[in-house]
Amino acid sequence: MNFETTVGLEVHIEMQTNSKAYSPSPVQYGAEQNTNTNVIDWGYPGVLPEINKGALEFGMRAALALHCDITQDIGFDRKNYFYPDNPKAYQITQARTPIGTNGWLEIELEDGTKKKIGIREMHVEEDAGKNTHNPDGYSYVDLNRQGTPLIEIVAEPDISSADEAYAYLTKLRQVIQFTGISDVKMEEGSMRADVNVSIAPIGSDKLGVRTEMKNLNSFEHVRKGIQYEVKRQERLLMSGGEVEQETRRFDEPSGETILMRSKEEANDYRYFPEPDLPPIHISDDWIEEVRASIPEMPDKRRERYTQDWGIPAYDAGVLTQTKEMSDFYDATVAAGADPKLAANWLMGEVNAYLNSKQVELSDTALTPEHLATMIKLIEDETISSKIAKKVFKEIITNDTEPKAWVESKGMVQLSDPAKLQPIIDKVLDNNEQSIEDFKNGKDRAIGFLVGQIMKKTRGMANPKMVNKLLMASLKER
Amino acid sequence: MAIGSEEVKHVAGLAKLAFKDEELAKFTGQMDEIINMVQQLSEVDTTDVPVTTHVTDAINTLREDVAVKGTDRDLLMKNVPQSQDGYIKVPAIIDESEE
Repeated sequence: MNFETTVGLEVHIEMQTNSKAYSPSPVQYGAEQNTNTNVIDWGYPGVLPEINKGALEFGMRAALALHCDITQDIGFDRKNYFYPDNPKAYQITQARTPIGTNGWLEIELEDGTKKKIGIREMHVEEDAGKNTHNPDGYSYVDLNRQGTPLIEIVAEPDISSADEAYAYLTKLRQVIQFTGISDVKMEEGSMRADVNVSIAPIGSDKLGVRTEMKNLNSFEHVRKGIQYEVKRQERLLMSGGEVEQETRRFDEPSGETILMRSKEEANDYRYFPEPDLPPIHISDDWIEEVRASIPEMPDKRRERYTQDWGIPAYDAGVLTQTKEMSDFYDATVAAGADPKLAANWLMGEVNAYLNSKQVELSDTALTPEHLATMIKLIEDETISSKIAKKVFKEIITNDTEPKAWVESKGMVQLSDPAKLQPIIDKVLDNNEQSIEDFKNGKDRAIGFLVGQIMKKTRGMANPKMVNKLLMASLKER
Repeated sequence: MAIGSEEVKHVAGLAKLAFKDEELAKFTGQMDEIINMVQQLSEVDTTDVPVTTHVTDAINTLREDVAVKGTDRDLLMKNVPQSQDGYIKVPAIIDESEE
C-alpha cells in the first residue's frame, strides 16, 4: 500500500519590538536575567496590561506579507495554564479573532517546482519566560522573555513531504526577515516550529492519526523528524498496527523520534475574552499605512535584479538570501556601481570575507558607498584589479574612503602613455634578446618584458596599457 | 442539576485544587445554584444583539512601542520565596515540550 503524507506546521516567531506585547519593559535578547521585567510581566495583582501598537503593526505587516486578510475587529483571549515560565498563569493570545487569515506562501523545491502553501491564520500573542532545569531538583526561571511579542503562523495541511516542510520554513524565514519584524535567528530561539505528521492511503479522503513534535528550532531537525515519522507510521500501519495520537520528541543523536506523552485528556485551557484589553478596530486606512511600510519582498527583488540588471537567476537568489545583503546591494548600485560588478564583488570577495571571519555584513566597516567608489576606480582604470584587493581589504576592515586612500598610498595605476613609453623603451633597450625571441615567435618573451616593466613601476602600471604600448613598440623595432 | 460533581472535580483539577468528598458535595451544590442563577440571563431575548465581551466603550487603547527600564530586580525578588543569582528558584516541573 502506498501512503501520502500530510504535514501541519505552526511556527512561532519573536517580533523585535522595543517593548513587550502588553507591558513597556524592554525586549532584548541576552540581557541579564530578570532585569527586563516589570510588575505586569510578573502578573502582580491590580496591574493593567496595554497592547503595544508596534507589536500589533508588526503582526499586521507579517500577515500582509503572507497575503492574509486582516481581521478588522480583533480582541485578545486568555489561555489558562500553570507553569513557572509564566507567573500570570495565562497567556494572552488571539483565540477567536486571529489578526490574519486565508493567506499563502509560495515555496520552491530543489527541482524548481513551485507550490502555494495556504496560511490558515496568524495570531499575535506573547512568549513565556525561560526555565533552566538543574540536576539539583530545581528550575531557575528568567522572565526576561516573558511577554515578548510573538506571531504564530498556522499553515494549512498543504505540505506533503519533509522537503516541502523544509522549503516552507526557509521561505517563511526569508519573508519574515525581509518584513523587518524579526531577525529570525534560529539559534537564539526567535523562530520555533510545532510539526504534526500523519499519513493516509493515497486517494483516501480522510487524514490519518497525527503525531506532534513541539518547539523544534532547527529546520534540519524538522526535515529529519518528519522523514522518520513517515517511515515509523508506515511500518506501523503495514504491520496492522495503529498510529496513536501523541507528542514525540526528535532525538538528534539517533535521528529518531521518541515518545514523550501519549494522548491524555485534551488540554483544557478555558479560553475566555481578555477583560483587561478592550477590543481593537483596524481601519482600512490603517491597513494601507502598514502595507506601505513593508519593504520590497525577496521575490520582487529577484525579479528586478534578473530583468532590469541582467543578473543571472542563481546570483539574484544568493543576493536576496537576506535583507541585509539585498539592501546593501541595492545601495551599492544606487551609489553608482555597475550592477554586475557589484554583484560579483558581493558574491565573491565580500562573501568569502564574511565566511572566513564568520561575521555578518553589519559587523564589517564596509559601506555601499565605499564599495561603489572602489568599483568605479576599477572601472575607470584608476586602480588595477590586483590593487583593488588591497583596497578592498582596507575598506572592509577600516572605515576608509577608498579614493583618497588610493591617492595617498600612491596606488593609482600608471596609465598615462607619456609616462609609460619611456619606461617601455628603456626595458626594450636593455633586453635585445627578448625582442629577438619575440620576432622568432616565442610568445613567452612578452611575459618577461611585461614583468620587467611592472617591476620598474613597482606594479603600478596599467597592464592593459602596457600590453598595448609594448606591442606597438615591438612592431617598430 | 446544571452541574455534576465530576465536572466540579475536573475544574478543580484545572485550578490545581483538591477537595475532600464532603467539600466536593458542598461545592457542587453551590456551583449548581450559581449556574442556575446565571442561567436566568438566557431568558432575555438577545436576538440581533452582538456578543459583548467588554462593558466599557473603550476601543483601540494602545501603547506606543517605547521601552521603559524594567523594575528593580531586588525589589521584585522580595516577593519571591526562593531566588538565586537573580533567578527565581522553583521546584523542577519538567514539561519536556517546552523550551
